Amino acid sequence: MKRQVLVIEDEPNIAEAISFILSRDGWSVSTHASGTTAVQAVRDAKPDVLILDVMLPGKSGYDILQDLRSADDTRALPVLMLTARGQKTDRDLAERLGVNRFMTKPFSNSEILTNLRELVGG
Amino acid sequence: MPHSRLTGSRIRERRLVLGLKQAALAKEVGISAAYLNLIEHNRRRVGDSLLEALAKALKTDPAVLAEGAEAALLGALSEADKRLPQAQAELDRSEDFAGRFPGWASLVMAQNQRIQELEQMVEALSDRLTHDPELAASLHEVISAVTAIRSTAAILSGGGEVDQEWQDRFLRNMRDEGMRLSSAAQGLVEFLDAGSSEEVVPIGPSEELATFLDANDHFFPDLEAPSAWKAGARDQAIAAVIAESAALTSREAQDMARHFLLQYIEDAEAMPIQAFQTARTAHRWDPAALAREFRQSLPSVMRRIAFLPPTSDGTVAGLISCDGAGALVVRKAVPGFALPRFGAACPYWPLFQALAQPERPIRAVVRQPGGARRRHVCQAVCVQQDALSFDRPPVYEAYMLIRELDDALDGDALSHAAPIEVGSTCRVCPRTDCAARREATILSAG
Repeated sequence: MKRQVLVIEDEPNIAEAISFILSRDGWSVSTHASGTTAVQAVRDAKPDVLILDVMLPGKSGYDILQDLRSADDTRALPVLMLTARGQKTDRDLAERLGVNRFMTKPFSNSEILTNLRELVGG
Repeated sequence: MPHSRLTGSRIRERRLVLGLKQAALAKEVGISAAYLNLIEHNRRRVGDSLLEALAKALKTDPAVLAEGAEAALLGALSEADKRLPQAQAELDRSEDFAGRFPGWASLVMAQNQRIQELEQMVEALSDRLTHDPELAASLHEVISAVTAIRSTAAILSGGGEVDQEWQDRFLRNMRDEGMRLSSAAQGLVEFLDAGSSEEVVPIGPSEELATFLDANDHFFPDLEAPSAWKAGARDQAIAAVIAESAALTSREAQDMARHFLLQYIEDAEAMPIQAFQTARTAHRWDPAALAREFRQSLPSVMRRIAFLPPTSDGTVAGLISCDGAGALVVRKAVPGFALPRFGAACPYWPLFQALAQPERPIRAVVRQPGGARRRHVCQAVCVQQDALSFDRPPVYEAYMLIRELDDALDGDALSHAAPIEVGSTCRVCPRTDCAARREATILSAG
């Protein structure tokens, strides 16, 4: 059975490239572009792993991560965060909120694949 | 009464000012001359009652002898020590230092103040870069576009299987992202070079003055009234204009504004607004004809042409001036002609051709790269800034009036003239084959 990954990213061309890379690697990929409804999208999709952008319309990736970590059904979901801001303060904030991996844009495709495989233990 | 170890020095100084002998003063206050000598050389502390007696004999206040003008200096030395504790200044000997070397101590104080001012300036600049929403948005656009391009390009060139439909789709995405990147980068360059038009914190007196002039579009209606021109009323009218400005916060900027406005009043008096606006239209914005009519210099007329608001003819003009070193002094922008906010301008501007040929008016049609590629008429002249003197070399300044080429105003000769290709400043000029280039551009050729 294919592993499920949800990509929450409002940049359509980035989401499309990530989707293609992961699909070709054997993942089942779904995407979502809104920050406001992101938590509900996670609950609906029930992914094995989440790729989460930080700057999203309506709600930031940090706020979404905080919500996920404070709810029983999403607390343990592995999250790979993507951001254009790679400063130490951003990384520290993400780690305090419970992120599993933190990557800065622009990223390499192989880096995303490696991180995701490690996050789901395969 | 608290008093410093420099009290003795002040007693001695005051005694010498009054022309009193040490022995005479000692006798008057009931101590030996030897003891007074020790006090005066700061080797003995002075009790309150003796201090009062000495102050009375020296016809001054005990506080003046006890505290003196050094209090501020000592405070400043203490503040300087706190700023750089690693220097391990001998703070317990600061009174000795201030007393023995007051000039050096004043220098330390002045440098400490200067450091504080520069730190505030750096903080303001840093704050501008960190919190400017326009800059943050532009950077986010650049990074997003680069991310999409990098990831998509890696898919296409990575060797894995990509069917034709996906290839076409990814190529379209890359083209779109490339255009977006170009646009975002251009926006970033314009922001960094020209600055955002709003919410910019002025840095330094020159920028405060520029902000003040831009906010008023270089036009001051209150100074156009004859009542503001009278000798006694000028200073008051100028002070009122300056007082109303939120941009002019430093004394230096206010002084610069005062100088500018004084010249503005002189121009207004020599070329009253209504008469000048009528003549400006009648003479088709020709500075030379207006200079003849009003018997004024070309720079004065150019200022008036550029600073007075447009009338029904709708024409507007900008004005640039520079000093003899080529540094831009006045920058009144005109639509379609980019001016650098910082750094040096394009050497091909007629302004600099005029600077090399004093007293010879120069007129040229120019065109800048990018955008609508509008053509502008530039009229420039370089004049001597002050009166001729046998004691020093002449100081020159140059002015350049800029307005968009208008067939109705400029006639066939100018309308058909081949424009001189000029830039704004090298950093944002795409012409790579320019002989006058002083630094590399950050734009691609275009």
